[in-house]
Amino acid sequence: MASTSVATAPGRSEWDGGSSPMGASYGKLMMWFFLLSDAFTFSALLITYGLVRSAHKAFDYTGEFVFSQNYWPVPEKVYEAVPFLEGYALPLVFVGIMTFILIMSSVTMVLAVEAGHRMDRKAVEKWMLWTILGGVAFLSCQAWEWAHFIHGSHHGSAVAEGTTFFGANLVQNQYGPPAFADFFFFITGFHGFHVFSGVCLNFLIYYNTVMGVYDRRGHYEMVEKVGLYWHFVDLVWVFVFTFFYLV
Amino acid sequence: MATTDIHIHSDVHHHGDHDHEHEHHEGNFWTTYIFSQDHKVIAKQFLITGIFWALIGGVLSVIFRLQLGFPESNISWLKPLLGGWITADGKLDPQFYLALVTMHGTIMVFFVLTAGLSGTFSNFLIPLQIGARDMASGFLNMLSYWFFFISSVLMFISLFISTGPASGGWTVYPPLSALEQAISGSGLGMTLWLVAMAFFIASSLLGSINYISTVINMRTRGMSFTKLPLTIWAFFFTAIIGVLSFPVLFAAALLLIFDRSFGTSFFLSDIYINGEPLAHEGGSPILFQHLFWFLGHPEVYIVLLPALGISSEIIATNSRKPIFGYKAMIGSMLFIAILSFIVWAHHMFVTGMNPFLGSIFMLLTLIIAVPSAVKIFNYVTTLWKGNIRFTPAMLFSIGLVSFFLTGGITGIFLGNSAIDIQLHDTYFVVAHFHLVMGSASFFGMLAGIYHWFPKMFGRMMNEGLGQLHFWLTFIGVYLVFFPMHYIGIAGFPRRYYSWTNFDTFSGFTDLNMLVSSAAIATLAAQFIFLFNFFYSMFRGRLAPINPWNATTLEWTTPRNPGHGNWPGEIPAVYRWPYDYSKPGAKEDFIPQTVPYSETPESNLPHETKLIKLESSNGDNAIIVEGSH
Repeated sequence: MASTSVATAPGRSEWDGGSSPMGASYGKLMMWFFLLSDAFTFSALLITYGLVRSAHKAFDYTGEFVFSQNYWPVPEKVYEAVPFLEGYALPLVFVGIMTFILIMSSVTMVLAVEAGHRMDRKAVEKWMLWTILGGVAFLSCQAWEWAHFIHGSHHGSAVAEGTTFFGANLVQNQYGPPAFADFFFFITGFHGFHVFSGVCLNFLIYYNTVMGVYDRRGHYEMVEKVGLYWHFVDLVWVFVFTFFYLV
Repeated sequence: MATTDIHIHSDVHHHGDHDHEHEHHEGNFWTTYIFSQDHKVIAKQFLITGIFWALIGGVLSVIFRLQLGFPESNISWLKPLLGGWITADGKLDPQFYLALVTMHGTIMVFFVLTAGLSGTFSNFLIPLQIGARDMASGFLNMLSYWFFFISSVLMFISLFISTGPASGGWTVYPPLSALEQAISGSGLGMTLWLVAMAFFIASSLLGSINYISTVINMRTRGMSFTKLPLTIWAFFFTAIIGVLSFPVLFAAALLLIFDRSFGTSFFLSDIYINGEPLAHEGGSPILFQHLFWFLGHPEVYIVLLPALGISSEIIATNSRKPIFGYKAMIGSMLFIAILSFIVWAHHMFVTGMNPFLGSIFMLLTLIIAVPSAVKIFNYVTTLWKGNIRFTPAMLFSIGLVSFFLTGGITGIFLGNSAIDIQLHDTYFVVAHFHLVMGSASFFGMLAGIYHWFPKMFGRMMNEGLGQLHFWLTFIGVYLVFFPMHYIGIAGFPRRYYSWTNFDTFSGFTDLNMLVSSAAIATLAAQFIFLFNFFYSMFRGRLAPINPWNATTLEWTTPRNPGHGNWPGEIPAVYRWPYDYSKPGAKEDFIPQTVPYSETPESNLPHETKLIKLESSNGDNAIIVEGSH
């Protein structure tokens, strides 16, 4: 691998120096180690969430579920609104759509990376645009969901009995203990910030592709590196979705 | 900063297939010394900033030692420095005492022994010792320093605000740190602390990711992992620990910021202040302790491992012997690194945790004694029958081994969940971690400075002053921390402003006076070092290319390596870094760059076999060895 090696290069395997082990560039290694560390941040948050939730009483499923400060709410009762269909109870339908959008944007990212390997600029542009669109769509959905969560619903079952407070903020919460809303805002917000950063990075990549930077450079590895980040953000969402919405 | 860097070469090859830029360019003052991307300049920036912080941290400790050792004395002469923090009757303000303790801990642990130690030596030595032109990403490396700089500025500002800096202890446990009403330092000072730490974590992550990638990807031809100097192994493990533990502190700090500023209750519940209940409910302050110590304990090894790596290298070089148990050294560092993640709750034995859980953490904690003992025995056996040269670096390395042993043994006491009931939060703990982590790492840092000063600045430090500095500091450290064991066993709690009010403890006034006097003397001795450091930088004797007759790659560079480190091609590596006093060899050291084919007189049988591998490899050839 070493282009300047002399006759007595002592390397016997790719781990013996003078080459990149497993053909991974330093940039890719950096991205992997960054993601590893980011995984620990999210793990810490999710574990914190799990511990606080387990310290609260759970709904015992006797009788009709109502929002109460006395027990942790059942998530599918909280997230059952869908835009334009207010008043209908559609548990987890909207967040399911969000999840689908994000996973699809990961698929288009894979296609962009694959196009990059073929040095097909037009295809990279196309799939990066779809990925950016997916990211923006996810963020818009999240904005709607936050807005709905914050304002509460005046229709149907979402009105808490015995209290005049609708919706939720970091201090008060119609759906259950304040910690529920605290974690909702913090964890989905932290993830949303990652998605936002990802969209910015994706746009940067798209812009560079359009400007022909990677064609001149001779490879599309940047697409791959940012792709790693994008898949990670997607993977984290799967965990957030599981632990916050499903269980 | 260093003004002695002269660029003596103009032709630098790109290293391997890395497509990033390492070419040599004559920058102006700003690009050469301030916003430099050269790992050597960045290392010096970390070093100078670290020394600056060490001085501040040391002065803070002496101020609170004045209060502890001489509680009756009038210290209004400190008014020009401390202003309103001296009360009308010439005493230290009790709240400011807590701020001093907090800032001393924060500064020493994070700014001096993490950034100052890892930042300096990982940056300086990794490219030089593995044979690379620079770090994998010079830009991120520069960013790492400047994030640290921003963090430093914020923390420094917090020292001067009217409500005082953070005062809840360096562990910033809520609810004390979360509620502004709790203590004046929990106001703006705590906010600045948290923001500064967020920048610090970002800096540390950028640095660590860079170190890891550089070690994996940028080693020169022949530099396999088993030929890496132990310094590099230590920095490598340190960086991995940092990447995995700092993000957890980051999460905890963010949650704490929300509790403080946005009314959430992640760590708060059931709190009354002045008889008034607070709205916070549902959180748990113990949860913060878990998150904090998941970083906090690995942090101990982030601080210690680089010092252990540095001392391994220095002790082998100055004993003129191969390091004893090279692979055992690596293995024990790996084992320590793994264990560091699963022992954090030994800081929390008395938080009301389940005693059974406590006994599990106790077991895991005590196991750390095994790799630690392996390391100590290896140091001693390396020294055994060596031709020891007592350079200042060597003295400080031996001092490190001494502190590591003394402080490590008390760790076995403290790791016991039953004994910890008596000893926790006493001066016994203070004595323990100041010896095993504080002083040992500090000695490692000083040893590193003395040893690599010739490579950093092209000049030698004064040896006599170095030895004087060593003896004063070594004796001083033991005088400061050894009596604390007795004070601690007697039940003296740490972080207390004054104990003379309690009859039980007034018997220790003389011991505390001794400790405080020794602390002042030890701090004073550091000025010998500072003089030596800055004087030698400009006026020191010009350093020879290889002043210590060491084997590692950094000593094959020119006296003042330019950006790119080697003027010509990067040397290839043929042997491990510890061929000292090899039987039959012409000299008592064989540099890593000397092939076995040139040393038939000293080759061992299996090394003679390696000669044909040395000559059989051309371009791109990767030959799988089939002889075993």
